[in-house]
Amino acid sequence: MDAVFKALADVSRRELLDRLRAENGQTLGELCERLDMTRQAVSKHLGLLEEANLVATVKRGREKLHYLNPLPIHEIAERWIGKFESQRLQALSDMKRALETK
Amino acid sequence: MSKPSFVYVTYIASTPEKVFKALTSTEATEKYWFGHAVTSDWKVGSPVKFHREGKLTLGGQVLENDPPRRLSYTFRPYHEPHNGTDTSRVVMDLEQQRDQVKLTVTHDDFAPDSPVFASISNGWPLVLSSLKSYLETNHVLWAPWYEDKAKQEPEKVAS
Repeated sequence: MDAVFKALADVSRRELLDRLRAENGQTLGELCERLDMTRQAVSKHLGLLEEANLVATVKRGREKLHYLNPLPIHEIAERWIGKFESQRLQALSDMKRALETK
Repeated sequence: MSKPSFVYVTYIASTPEKVFKALTSTEATEKYWFGHAVTSDWKVGSPVKFHREGKLTLGGQVLENDPPRRLSYTFRPYHEPHNGTDTSRVVMDLEQQRDQVKLTVTHDDFAPDSPVFASISNGWPLVLSSLKSYLETNHVLWAPWYEDKAKQEPEKVAS
């Protein structure tokens, strides 16, 4: 769990997760195209995300595809968000989003 | 081969044999898969059926059965709002890593604009977390979408 929090505690890595959320299964090259980071930096961040199991990879021929793996975040939520709290939190989160997008 | 649509990875403190058994057992799936009980003879080409409260919820066909390493079947949801016309494919790969199992679930071959696509991304994380919890602690998780609303704690109104 420490690895998950460490991996998430960086704006560039969260940006990479957002990119994968928007389009799953990207290669390192594709992820580098639209980012202001060197290939080495992106590669290093992806390595940390993979270690934390926040990114899953699949080899397709010579390419390595990257996928957002939400399971560790899910486990964190399960640990601290109880059964009865989840619906109220959802309602609050919906309300926050509705108010913020106005 | 097309690019997989979803790849989920979870690490379970168990053995590949136990994880494989949990994926293919009627009793186990009924517990951790929120009441969806699987039945199949697991021969390649045989039907795979999930029933919940007596109703067919998921159907498919065995594509690969290589215990305890790989299981694959076609995936056709019948539960609301689906009607069993949308077929995709699930592959489960199990890899022993010291005293744990790396379980990779790959879901692909969706029809373009498949409505199943959206419900998958809600379903798998919860099913896989529940499977992990079931094997490690014998506790299963709870699926918010099956909660009987009448049974819920009444809201307290602040005065």
